[in-house]
Amino acid sequence: MVGKSEPINGTAKSQPPPSPLSPKSPDLLSGYFSFKSLKLKTKQQELLIRVSILCLVYILAFVTRLFSVLRYESMIHEFDPYFNYRTTLFLTEKGFYEFWNWFDSESWYPLGRIIGGTLYPGLMVTAALLYWGLRFLRFAVHIREVCVLTAPFFASNTTILAYFFGKEIWDTGAGLVAAALIAICPGYISRSVAGSYDNEGVAIFALLLTFYLFVKAVNTGSLSWGLASAFGYFYMVSAWGGYVFIINLVPLYVLVLLITGRYSMRLYVAYNCMYILGMLLAMQIRFVGFQHVQSGEHMAAMGVFFLMQVFYLLDWLKHLLSDTKLFQAFLRMTVTSAVGVGAVALGVGTASGYISPWTGRFYSLLDPTYAKDHIPIIASVSEHQPTAWSSFMFDFQILLFLFPAGLYFCFKRLSDATIFIVMYGLTSMYFAGVMVRLILVATPAVCLISAIAVSATIKNLTLLLRAKTKAPQSASGKGGSSGKAASKGSLDQSQPFQKNGAIALLFGAFYLLSKYVTHCTWVTSEAYSSPSIVLAARGAHGNRVIFDDYREAYFWLRQNTPPDAKVMSWWDYGYQITAMGNRTVIVDNNTWNNTHIATVGRAMSSYEDEAYEIMRSLDVDYVLVVFGGVTGYSSDDINKFLWMVRIGGGVFPVIKEPDYLVNGEYRVDKGAAPKMLNCLM
Amino acid sequence: MATATARSAVLLLALISFLLLLPFLAAALSVDSPKGRRVLVLLDDLATKSSHSLYFRSLQSRGYDLDFKLADDPKIGLQRYGQYLYDGLILFCPATERFGGSLDQAAILDFVDSGHDLIIAADASASDLIREIATECGVDFDEDPLAVVVDHIGYAVSDTEGDHTLIAADDFIDSSVILGDKKIEAPVLFQGIGHSLNPSNNLVLKVLAASPSAYSANPKSKLSNPPSLTGSAISLVSVVQARNNARVLITGSLSLFSNRLFRSSVQKAGSSTRHEKAGNEQFLTEISKWIFHERGHLKAVNVKHNLVGEADEPAMYRITDDLEYSVEIYEWSGSSWEPYVSDDVQVQFYMMSPYVLKTLSTDKKGVYSTSFKVPDVYGVFQFKLEYQRLGYTSLSLSKQIPVRPFRHNEYERFIPAAYPYYGAAFSMMAGFFLFTFAHLYNK
Repeated sequence: MVGKSEPINGTAKSQPPPSPLSPKSPDLLSGYFSFKSLKLKTKQQELLIRVSILCLVYILAFVTRLFSVLRYESMIHEFDPYFNYRTTLFLTEKGFYEFWNWFDSESWYPLGRIIGGTLYPGLMVTAALLYWGLRFLRFAVHIREVCVLTAPFFASNTTILAYFFGKEIWDTGAGLVAAALIAICPGYISRSVAGSYDNEGVAIFALLLTFYLFVKAVNTGSLSWGLASAFGYFYMVSAWGGYVFIINLVPLYVLVLLITGRYSMRLYVAYNCMYILGMLLAMQIRFVGFQHVQSGEHMAAMGVFFLMQVFYLLDWLKHLLSDTKLFQAFLRMTVTSAVGVGAVALGVGTASGYISPWTGRFYSLLDPTYAKDHIPIIASVSEHQPTAWSSFMFDFQILLFLFPAGLYFCFKRLSDATIFIVMYGLTSMYFAGVMVRLILVATPAVCLISAIAVSATIKNLTLLLRAKTKAPQSASGKGGSSGKAASKGSLDQSQPFQKNGAIALLFGAFYLLSKYVTHCTWVTSEAYSSPSIVLAARGAHGNRVIFDDYREAYFWLRQNTPPDAKVMSWWDYGYQITAMGNRTVIVDNNTWNNTHIATVGRAMSSYEDEAYEIMRSLDVDYVLVVFGGVTGYSSDDINKFLWMVRIGGGVFPVIKEPDYLVNGEYRVDKGAAPKMLNCLM
Repeated sequence: MATATARSAVLLLALISFLLLLPFLAAALSVDSPKGRRVLVLLDDLATKSSHSLYFRSLQSRGYDLDFKLADDPKIGLQRYGQYLYDGLILFCPATERFGGSLDQAAILDFVDSGHDLIIAADASASDLIREIATECGVDFDEDPLAVVVDHIGYAVSDTEGDHTLIAADDFIDSSVILGDKKIEAPVLFQGIGHSLNPSNNLVLKVLAASPSAYSANPKSKLSNPPSLTGSAISLVSVVQARNNARVLITGSLSLFSNRLFRSSVQKAGSSTRHEKAGNEQFLTEISKWIFHERGHLKAVNVKHNLVGEADEPAMYRITDDLEYSVEIYEWSGSSWEPYVSDDVQVQFYMMSPYVLKTLSTDKKGVYSTSFKVPDVYGVFQFKLEYQRLGYTSLSLSKQIPVRPFRHNEYERFIPAAYPYYGAAFSMMAGFFLFTFAHLYNK
């Protein structure tokens, strides 16, 4: 039924969109014919300026992320990227099928880990393709360089995408501003500096790509754009677990459109195509597999999919039934039964275990206090903490107050596309408030909406300035929205006063934007370019001191321990030990087995003789602990120790947190709790 | 002149080549033997060397190279340049308070910790040093310095001694590995102090226990309060086999080894049979063989595992593979490695807990083998062979092997149970095609 009716209705319904969608095409055409010689030149100039701005932004986005390479060296940062690097290395050396079937016996000893089935391979495959492409072009690069520069490269691509997205939801001006804003926005830079070889670097590009293609598909109602967005979604699924955001936001958006009566055939085509094909493609990723149709996080998308079919059926019946009264009755019956059947199916599925319940991470997104009470391992990660207000300011700066302004403009000119960006902005802002790391997801939305604010304001202000001389011309050239017409109408009444004000406001805007640029550059160079594996500090005389202790320790392990030695450490260091030390670890940053981590936590927080027994049972040969007391390095194991106690105590009730506290506070000096002093740590 | 130099050159060459070959020759001679044969004997005074000569001679006749030193000789040292100079140590110096040279208690314990064997003989005059070394080995001598073992029922009938401190002990440990196949008929004559075993040490064994009627006290004074050590809790001779298979013999009687008791005839009180010779010689010879690893020393070699039907050892198994495991176990018989035959050797396929536990079958030529199916669990497994039997050195082998899950193309391609689904999918495709065709061209 779907297959049959699509072509007919698709063509029928897609007649209206072109006119509201491309309002400037008739104007351009008329301009083209009327002032042929002059306008052509302006057009070319505009194109030239636009392209050169985009090129500059593209380069800027890449260059600003190279601070870390200049400050330190070309190396992989932090924890997870080391695992990604190791797997990429394996992929380029052994080929895709070996990678896909890789059973890694060096991590999670003695359980082992099926690497191919427990990771999102998008990032590694992307880097490997880049690497093979460069090798094919006879560039003798090392895979590490490719990995280091993957994130900046994709950040640059994201700026281009932001331009097109901005163009799609507003106009080219907004697109250009969005590209420029996102190129240097600290919220995005924090995860995409050179060396930060993590899933997010690629995933934000994929996220924006999927959204852009979906909005494009909704605007055009074209199957091919829907297909393209399905592939974008596939890429996103292959790259990052954050794809759950897409598969929940898109149905929510569709639902909002349905409720607000904006249901159209374009939406029907776009969503169905994207959902069905996207689902089938996503199930090809081993890590996702049948979760996509079985787990609670994905149920919303499926529910909306069925709802859409009901809507379509009703639409068709309405078409057939001329009697409105009969239709009303029928409508009531159908909607009730459909919702009832859906609820019963969900209930039965959940009760029988066929539909798995929501995961802890998902719960903790909806209820920020959930993780703290139930899953200490999620709460223990610093980037899962609720966001402080200051970090919003730090990451967004002026975008924070441009964001509401942009929302205002969006609401003034509501369309399917602006509704989408508004919903994207609002939901992601909420999630950014819940978890620090999700600021990253909010960044593109904030940049786009702020870009709309900046672009619309500046355009209005410049219109004010030029209104006197070119009033008729601008009316024909830029008169696209009612909002601008209204502002133009008001400006006519008090012109001289407004003109000065407009100049002042323009200068204010430029001042703010330039402040934004300096802030972003400063943040990038000072805060976000530190690899965290090499530490830099200012010595007493202002000289730079570099602590390279981590890498020295891992190198020591590599050189001085037998090749099959097992190293026990807290899970933070697992990936680095396997990647740099090339030794087997008990637990690592892929925290899939809480019990195993709790066992290590228990070993760390038990008395030495008990700990010895636990470690014998795990065949541990070496224990790695980090102590930062000498240099004042704060994120050492003593600092993390309470989390070991909590996580260990979560599984083994023998370990109790109060045993390690003195009067409810955590002390590590000689006044510490006796159990604390006598434990392995 | 020229010939002379040539001849000397040839001689020199021969000498050098001999010197170069010497270590290899020595190695070739002892290539099979589990332990070397250089033994240091520390004495209180050199008279012991002659008064205990029978025992020393039995060792020397079996090829041991005994090096007698006074315990306070300033030149004694167990190791030089990090290499041990001796493979065994005999402490016949109960009265020594301090060793000469670099030797001290810690050095002796290090010597044992690095896998070397030790014989300690204390006496009624045992010094604190000797007591402490014994304590470290898990044996506590009676703390009363004047106490000796007295047995008014199990004493040896003697013409001269009437205080019943010369005991005829015949409560041997029941182990042919430690004491040899031949039963020791005559009781062993013992005169010295008793000791008890530290209950927290489960490596120490009582080889010769006192009879239930024995006690440890000063025979010259009147017994005012009950003796601390009584009955068969008293051990006369104990052995320790450490985790690294070093063997230690501890006894409270130096005279046990003496020529006098070796030669003396024995008649246990209450028994009518009079043995011409005491059991000391046989007992000590056999137990010395055990101590110096001439008996009861196992080795496991050639651990092999492979898929059934293949010869090479894979780097990784897949779940539900069938595999074969084999190991060769030999026992040192004093002169050669003989196949060890037993039916209780087991292997575990272990990951945090044993998933498979199989008894190995032997072909009586030393090869033990079994075959089993890898469990349907992936992870890093170990082939674990833990073999600990009384008197034998412990075997502890583990070999790590990862077990991987199926590859993507190792699953069944077409499952019979799923044919309805295949049918549904293909009929849907065909139906859709026909429908489209009809819809487009049937107007």
